[in-house]
Amino acid sequence: MKKTIEEINEKIARGQAVVFNAEEIIPLVRKKGLKKAAAEVDVVTTGTFAPMCSSGAYFNVGHTTPRMKLGGGAATLNGIPAYTGLAAVDLFLGATAIADDDPRNKIYPGAFRYGGAHVIEDLVAGKDVKLVAEGYGTDCYPRRRLETWIRLGDMNEAVLFNVRNAYQNYNVAVNLSDRVIHTYMGVLQPGMRNATYCSAGQLSPLLNDPLYRTIGMGSRIFLGGGIGYVVGSGTQHNPGVPRTERSVPRMGSGTLSVTGDLKQMSARWLRGASFTGYGVTLAVGIGVPIPIVDEETLYYAAVTDADIVAQVVDYSGAYPNGIAESLGEVTYAELKSGSITVNGKKVSTSGLSSYVRAKEIAETLKGWIRDGSFLLTQPVTTLPSMDSGVCFKALNERPVAVTALKSSRDVIETSRAGGTAP
Amino acid sequence: MKKKRLVLTFPPNLVDQPVTYRLVKDYNVMVNILRARITPREQGRLVVEVTAARKDLTAALSFLEDLGVGVQPLARDVRWHEERCIECTACTAICPTGALSARRPEMALSFNGDKCIACELCVPICPYSAMEIVS
Repeated sequence: MKKTIEEINEKIARGQAVVFNAEEIIPLVRKKGLKKAAAEVDVVTTGTFAPMCSSGAYFNVGHTTPRMKLGGGAATLNGIPAYTGLAAVDLFLGATAIADDDPRNKIYPGAFRYGGAHVIEDLVAGKDVKLVAEGYGTDCYPRRRLETWIRLGDMNEAVLFNVRNAYQNYNVAVNLSDRVIHTYMGVLQPGMRNATYCSAGQLSPLLNDPLYRTIGMGSRIFLGGGIGYVVGSGTQHNPGVPRTERSVPRMGSGTLSVTGDLKQMSARWLRGASFTGYGVTLAVGIGVPIPIVDEETLYYAAVTDADIVAQVVDYSGAYPNGIAESLGEVTYAELKSGSITVNGKKVSTSGLSSYVRAKEIAETLKGWIRDGSFLLTQPVTTLPSMDSGVCFKALNERPVAVTALKSSRDVIETSRAGGTAP
Repeated sequence: MKKKRLVLTFPPNLVDQPVTYRLVKDYNVMVNILRARITPREQGRLVVEVTAARKDLTAALSFLEDLGVGVQPLARDVRWHEERCIECTACTAICPTGALSARRPEMALSFNGDKCIACELCVPICPYSAMEIVS
C-alpha cells in the first residue's frame, strides 16, 4: 500500500497521524510485520546531536549612522573573527573560528575554550555579544570603526547555515601509536586503549533513509530546537561507498547541508564544544521525519544498531596520512555495548554523539507532528544517490613551479616591498 | 572500621614532613594514596582513601587539622554539571574507576561520586566543560 505525502499531511492536520521514533519502530515492525506496520505508520522520526564542524551562521546586523561598510574590512564577535567578504553589514561566522590571539596548539594540547560555535550558542541563549568592526571608508560608507553590544533580537536576519551536517555513518577512531593523541574524535589513548565513535546509529537521519528516497532538498526538519530545511546534499557527500545488503553505507557516506532561522532555535540544541588539542566545533541537534510512503521506506527506517557497521581507523597513522585502511568492521550494537574487539584486543568504546539527546529530538519531532504543528514536505529534488557518480575525492595537488613564479609581476613587486620571494 | 576518601591540602611548610607516616604509625590508619601532587615550597595535594577504627580516624583527622592540613571529603571536590552535559559518554572510556559510566541500553550518563578518585582525566576530555575539579 502506497501513501502520498499529501495524504500523510492531511492526517497530521487532523491530528490523526501515527508517528513512531526510529528506535520504537524496530520492535513494532518485528511484531506486526512490514506490510501491516507500513499500512499503520505514517511517519518515523529520527534525530542526532553531535559535533558538526562545518556549521556556521550569517547575520545582517543593520546599518550604522553614518553608514559603514564592513565588507572588505574586518569584524569580530566577542573577539572571534567573522567573514566580511559580503555586502556592507552582512557577516558570516564559522563554528571553528577562534580569536587571532588564541594560543591554539602553541602550548600543546590547546584548550580552545571559546570560538565561533560558542558565539552562536551565546547569541541563541539571548546574550549580548560585542561586535567590533573596521571598514576602510568610502564616499557612501564613510564610517571606519564600530564597537557595540548586539544580541540576536537586534539583528535583521540571523540564519544558521551548515554546509555539512548529519554524516551518514562515520569512522571509529583508535590510536595505534605510543603517545596520547588529540583529535576531533576526542582524546585517543596509545596502544588502542580506547575507541570513539560518532553516530546516533539506528536513530541517525540518513541511516534510516540510506538511499535518500524521502530526504532531499527542501525537506522540513528539526534544526537546533526550531524548524529548518535541508538545502541539499552537504559537502563531501559520497553516496558511492560500499554498502551492506540493507543498502546501509559501511563508512562515512551521505551528508546534508541545512539551514534555518537562528532566532527560533535554542541553546540546548546548539552547543559550543571545545576539543582539547583540536579546536572548537558546534554540537547541532537535527531531526528528520521520514514519511512512510511504502513498505520499502519502512524497511529502511526499521534499521537496528546491529545492522549498521563502521570501520575502525587509526588516527595516529592512516587517517592523518590519508591512507584508506580499516583495522576492522564493528556494529553500532557492539560499539554501544562499551567495548569492541580489534585485532584480537578488547578496546573500550565511548561516543561523541549523544544517543540520549538524539532520542529526545526524535521524540520532540514526534510530538510536533502528532499535535499537527509540523507538516512534511515533498523534496524539491532528491540527493545524489549510489548511481549518481558523485564521489568525494582528495585534492590533486599540482606543484607551483618556481620558474613560473619568478616571471610573475606580483612576486617581483613583493620582493621590492621587502617580502620574501622564492 | 571506617573508610573515607579525602583530599588533603598541605601548606608549603609541611610538604617536607612525613605526615602520612605518622598517620600510619601513630594513629593506626591504613592510607591508600590515590593521587598526589607535591612540589617543594608549594601547596601539596593528596587524594587518599583512609581506613581505620572510628576512634583512631577521629584522632587522626584532628591531628591533621592541628598541623594545618586542609581536610575535605573527596566528593565535594569533583562536580558533574548536569545542565552542561549532553550525555555523549565521551568521558566513560577514560574514567579509571567507572565513576563515570553509561547506563545501557539507554546510553544515559551516570556519575557516582563515591567511586571518583579525582584523577581529573575527564576534565580535558569533556568538550562541554561539564566536569569540574573545585579546588
